[in-house]
Amino acid sequence: MSGGHSTYTPKSGIGRWIDARMPLPRLVHDSFVSYPVPRNLNYAYTFGGILSIMLVAQILTGVVLAMHYAADTGLAFESVEKIMRDVNSGWLLRYLHSNGASMFFIAVYIHIMRGLYYGSYKAPRELLWILGCIIYLLMMATGFMGYVLPWGQMSFWGATVITGFFTAIPLVGTWIQELLLGGFAVDNPTLNRFFALHYLLPFMIAGVVVLHVWALHVVGQTNPTGIEVKSKTDTVPFTPYATIKDAFGMIVFLAVFAYFVFYIPNYLGHPDNYIVADSLKTPAHIVPEWYYLPFYAILRAITFNIGPIDSKLGGVLAMFGAIAVLFFVPWLDTSKVRSAVYRPWYKLFFWLFVANAIFLGWLGSRPAEGVYVALAQISTFYYFAFFLIIMPVLGIIETPRRLPNSITEAVLEKNKSGGAGHPAGATASPETRG
Amino acid sequence: MKKILTGLTVFGLVTAGALGAALAQEEHSAAEPTHFPIHKPTQESWSFSGPFGTYDKAQLQRGLKVYKEVCSACHSMDLVAFRTLEDLGYTEAQVKALAAEYEVEDGPNADGEMFTRKATPNDHFPAPFPNHAAAAAANNGAAPPDFSLIAKARSAERGFPTFVFDIFTQYAEGGPDYIHALLTGYDEEPPAGMEIAEGTHYNPYFIAGKSLAMAKPLSDDQVTYDDGSPQTVDQYSRDVSAFLMWAAEPHMEARKQTGFRVMAFLLLFGALIYLTKRRVWSNVAH
Ligand code: HEC
Ligand code: HEM
Repeated sequence: MSGGHSTYTPKSGIGRWIDARMPLPRLVHDSFVSYPVPRNLNYAYTFGGILSIMLVAQILTGVVLAMHYAADTGLAFESVEKIMRDVNSGWLLRYLHSNGASMFFIAVYIHIMRGLYYGSYKAPRELLWILGCIIYLLMMATGFMGYVLPWGQMSFWGATVITGFFTAIPLVGTWIQELLLGGFAVDNPTLNRFFALHYLLPFMIAGVVVLHVWALHVVGQTNPTGIEVKSKTDTVPFTPYATIKDAFGMIVFLAVFAYFVFYIPNYLGHPDNYIVADSLKTPAHIVPEWYYLPFYAILRAITFNIGPIDSKLGGVLAMFGAIAVLFFVPWLDTSKVRSAVYRPWYKLFFWLFVANAIFLGWLGSRPAEGVYVALAQISTFYYFAFFLIIMPVLGIIETPRRLPNSITEAVLEKNKSGGAGHPAGATASPETRG
Repeated sequence: MKKILTGLTVFGLVTAGALGAALAQEEHSAAEPTHFPIHKPTQESWSFSGPFGTYDKAQLQRGLKVYKEVCSACHSMDLVAFRTLEDLGYTEAQVKALAAEYEVEDGPNADGEMFTRKATPNDHFPAPFPNHAAAAAANNGAAPPDFSLIAKARSAERGFPTFVFDIFTQYAEGGPDYIHALLTGYDEEPPAGMEIAEGTHYNPYFIAGKSLAMAKPLSDDQVTYDDGSPQTVDQYSRDVSAFLMWAAEPHMEARKQTGFRVMAFLLLFGALIYLTKRRVWSNVAH
């Protein structure tokens, strides 16, 4: 995996015996011990590892929850409450799983932003980036179906609204919606297939993660300078350097996770989901989980018809487009320089993009009325403009700052000037986000 | 590039202006408001708030008394088993006696007949109405909601920026604050010109409208407390809200205690890992 030059030497007879037959220990050694990583990685680069442990945590808590959960509209809500009240440490499992989903998304958003900031999607990492986008899509589907399982009011109405989007698609829309629902409305067949798929998709995610890491180990990691590794002095071995740094990043992340689980476990949820689903009573405001809110805002921002496309279809296209556009980022960015550190204008637009995405999220939680609609339209415009206008144009017209010749040079330069005010100082901003 | 900057400034100003307009729009007319609750609940102090919060057992016992003597005439509490009342400080025998005050339906027996028997600690609180329709019919069309989770199923919107601060203050008492505000909020007169639908009662703290189908359920001295606590609507509301928080989140104390241990461990372990990391990286400029 690490490109041929394996340094693994089995120490024992058994080790040599296994290595000659199925060199799994060699693979692990080459991928996670001797694997060379750039020496200048900051904490924004620990989120890949954090995402891996979150996936494992979701699968472990999920499998145990599934042992107590009943996927039946008459039983689901109560079975979740039984977990909360009567199963030993059931409250812990369930809060770990529901908050874990949120933390998973926080981590993936930071991970994606890291990629956009340091230009991680640029050649030769296009496939790596696309595999990441696929993981993100699968996560969205998994989270959505998981949220339906406790069968609360938001579960039910969220599922009704989101599956309803598909009816906007011409010709096949209704057919797709009915296929998803297993009927004409959200009901027992819906709950059953969502449970089956919610159990399945995380393992598909795990499969794509393997491909993602494989692709990563072929091309290597980027780094804050965006300059490829050129010599041995540019890198350090994964263990102990990256291992210990990742471990520290993970513990800080787990502390934030634990804070939510133990002190404000319902902060990220919606009170209405503690009311059992009722198909006759529509909640005042139907809102999805927080991690979909920016896309929900984009969906509702399209309130006008565009030629033959009516506003409903337009909204659905904009929403899916907002995710689809990520897949094309490697070809939308025309800049020759990879990292935002050396691109002053891109850096500005990048942070505006982040602020705008958060603002879109807030708008998604507001009712779609009055001035919120206009604001969502402006924000939606900037969201797309960032990818479709700013990325291609800026790459051509922007004058980047002088690039160092190598990672080693950048590091030595930075250490010489010491602390703040060094040329690569901009890397400090995402760093503090770890 | 200057143009872009100007563009951005304009964009920022427009956004800020529009935001202001949005907030101004939320100011609604007093007679026919469109956003609820009309008044936000006040933030009360609860023994169970904060990282070391615990339930006040005497208060939960009083709250249970209020529930039993007043609310249970209309509100069910399907998910709460009598056995869990031992959390409130009752002994096994007391819980047994308490359960035995209720009759539950059981069966069928060997003859295939349903029968009623005295409840045991393993039974749950029996519901006051046989079904949803009966509950609605007896209450002007609005069925009284079940109480098992009500303290987590209601919370008035906090708004920006309060909801951000709530992360750091660990505010998780929106439910009991809401219930307390609702129960003590009946005495205000509706503003002139407001129409109140027949059979409903004005309450500016109600989350879903200007009035609700529940009449003011509590009055002073309605429930006798034997621990000398004040027998006021305010105290009853406080106690029953705390009790409902317990009913919705019976393992809260264990959660917060475990949380303290987990956080302490992560902080210590994190500090050690951090020092190790510094050692490991000390010989490499990075
Ligand atoms: C006479 C019957 C009756 C009694 C007694 C009663 N309630 Fe209610 N309650 C109702 C009805 C009916 C509703 C539904 C109101 C509506 O939705 O319009 C309700 C609703 C509520 C709600 C939910 C309001 C919301 O946000 O939807 C709360 C909280 C509540 N009651 C608390 C209490 C408490 C606490 C007591 C005991 C002190 C109590 N009630 C006693 C009939 C009653
Ligand atoms: C990618 C990983 C996963 C994500 C993002 C995820 C997300 C979610 C979410 C958001 C919920 C609703 C939480 C709530 O409000 O209660 C949920 C519930 C649930 N999940 Fe998952 N999940 C994942 C993996 C799994 C796995 C692998 C399983 C089982 C093998 C599983 C089983 C369950 C069950 C049984 C529930 C219902 C119980 C409950 O609501 O707590 N999950 N999941």
